[in-house]
Amino acid sequence: MTENILEVRDLVKHYPVTRGVVFKKTIGHVKAVDGVSLELRAGETLGVVGESGCGKSTLARVLMNLERPTAGSVNYKGQDISKLSGGALRRLRRQIQLVMQDPYTSLNPRMTVGDLIGEPFEIHPEVAPKGSRREKVKELLDLVGLNPEHINRYPHQFSGGQRQRIGIARALALRPEIIVCDEPVSALDVSIQAQVMNLLEKLQAEFGLSYVFIAHDLSVVRHLSDRVAVMYLGKIVEIGTEDEIYERPTHPYTQALLSAVPVPDPTLRDQKAIIRLTGDVPSPISPPSGCRFRTRCWKAQDVCAEQVPLLEIRSGSDHPSACHFAEKREIVASHEA
Amino acid sequence: MSDILVSEQSKPGADGSGRPSGRLLEVEDLRVEFRTRDGVAKVINGVTYHVDAGETLAVLGESGSGKSVTAQTVMGILDTPPGFVTGGQVRFHGKDMLTMSAEERRRIRGEGIAMIFQDALSALNPVFTVGFQIAEQFRIRRGLSRADAKKRAIEMLDQVKIPNAKGRFSNYPHQFSGGMRQRAMIAMSLALDPEVLIADEPTTALDVTVQAQIMDLLAELQRERQMGLILITHDLGVVADVADRIAVMYAGRIVEEANVYDLYAKPAHPYTMGLIDSIPRMDERGQQLRTIKGLPPNLMNIPPGCPFNPRCPMAQPVCQEKLPPLLQIGADRASACHFAEDLVNRD
Repeated sequence: MTENILEVRDLVKHYPVTRGVVFKKTIGHVKAVDGVSLELRAGETLGVVGESGCGKSTLARVLMNLERPTAGSVNYKGQDISKLSGGALRRLRRQIQLVMQDPYTSLNPRMTVGDLIGEPFEIHPEVAPKGSRREKVKELLDLVGLNPEHINRYPHQFSGGQRQRIGIARALALRPEIIVCDEPVSALDVSIQAQVMNLLEKLQAEFGLSYVFIAHDLSVVRHLSDRVAVMYLGKIVEIGTEDEIYERPTHPYTQALLSAVPVPDPTLRDQKAIIRLTGDVPSPISPPSGCRFRTRCWKAQDVCAEQVPLLEIRSGSDHPSACHFAEKREIVASHEA
Repeated sequence: MSDILVSEQSKPGADGSGRPSGRLLEVEDLRVEFRTRDGVAKVINGVTYHVDAGETLAVLGESGSGKSVTAQTVMGILDTPPGFVTGGQVRFHGKDMLTMSAEERRRIRGEGIAMIFQDALSALNPVFTVGFQIAEQFRIRRGLSRADAKKRAIEMLDQVKIPNAKGRFSNYPHQFSGGMRQRAMIAMSLALDPEVLIADEPTTALDVTVQAQIMDLLAELQRERQMGLILITHDLGVVADVADRIAVMYAGRIVEEANVYDLYAKPAHPYTMGLIDSIPRMDERGQQLRTIKGLPPNLMNIPPGCPFNPRCPMAQPVCQEKLPPLLQIGADRASACHFAEDLVNRD
């Protein structure tokens, strides 16, 4: 077993909800991330899936230390990064980089590609001394499949897929060990999405990167991930290897989520038993007591309202699942290739 | 149906018997260009498709392929300028909508053809209640009283399975969740009982579990009302679940049309093949994804010959010279590739 490069313990991030302007009063908290524990192993891709509002992007921001957690710790090689500041934090940032979802708003339109990708070197001059920066940027452009000649162009001269490559080049500039990808392909067309996914795989093999890959598209996550964590309302409800989650899911939410994904094969149309969830995700300001999924769950019993199910291995599940009644169920679309 | 109506205007029977010669909605050789400061973008370059009652036609394409602009032209909501229709016809019950008066066209909108959009929050008016926006149609188009219109609007909200429809009537769009808003928009578009519904990426902004709910609802309403449904999407998964026929668009043209089973089993155009190969599938763990190299063409400067030729793995010299027309191959499918026959006959 390889070493853990990142360890997240009981991570909590609450945002206060206030009322009033002069006499601000906190009337509640949005419990965006509420007790998440996971580890990232060196060289692996950990997929994080969930629907909008489940806290996956907040998790990314806390992992990057863009937000301080309310409680809990994020350990990078034994160092709690949520407690770091100043120079120590800056040094650590070299090792963890972020690729954002929207390639249109995450690049400054007034900076050339060369400046955008070279900017990290301004903050970390030890990586590339001033004279060699343009060369480095050209290398990076080449690495992500862009023409190094285009170093003086502006973001608007590139298509969405190319911009996402610029974002990836920028994240790679400091040779990090970990890249957190927050929905990196969801804004792209299918044919372009595949190109970017292949690029991410290639770079991982080349540099031994570890990815935290956050996405709502379950097919994309399966394609890239070694292990997958499923989030619902700020908590991880199930975590396991890609095979365990997709072939043997034991949490009702995972099962419902998987069954709702349309499979691009019309011949499977009538064979799929889709679990229809009713209603919407409850508000993260006042999540349901006990199990947070119980309001939409078909298995809910009294115990679900009283006891929070722990994320642990149970009799019906060979991997951690946060359901009192975790068990396998034949639901996922048939598997002949 | 009385004999006052001219035969070409008669509605196709929902029972399938006595189908009139005319199609419900036909788009023929439609051409649209956008005239901008930087030049003329040829956005639609001869699109032909049709939809009949009770049928689902999926129009599949990536961004910029012209699928939404076609729909906007059919609805008559194309922004002019910059968009200009430069040729073709859009026939509803055999009558060309592009040449009729604004008054006639307005009558078809809502009652004949209605549309739902991807982003329900911007499609609904934020300063009126959802109920008012639905009831408004009954008041203006049907001349109902305020109270009757309200009753009908609540019925509509009920039909799209919005819980507590009565209470929800006086809510504003921002008080609805994403899925609820999409339901409200469906209720609004179906209020006047249209014969054709155009759904432009109706579930793209929604989560999968909600997407499944909305697609179910649409399918159910379509069955009940025997509507023709044009589903515009880029999602090959959604299409496989609901479509009867599929038209694949690329650079403002239909490059392939086929029934859903044929299209997935044996695509007859290299672009369709590329699309199907480049989606990661949840029920298979593949190795490298196959990709379509390059980028879609700039619509101000579409390459000569087949517009797909610079990206096509099978391109031959002829592809750079001759534009392949959309030709019938086999019973009910067509492809715009010089080598379509070879593609279909391969094993």
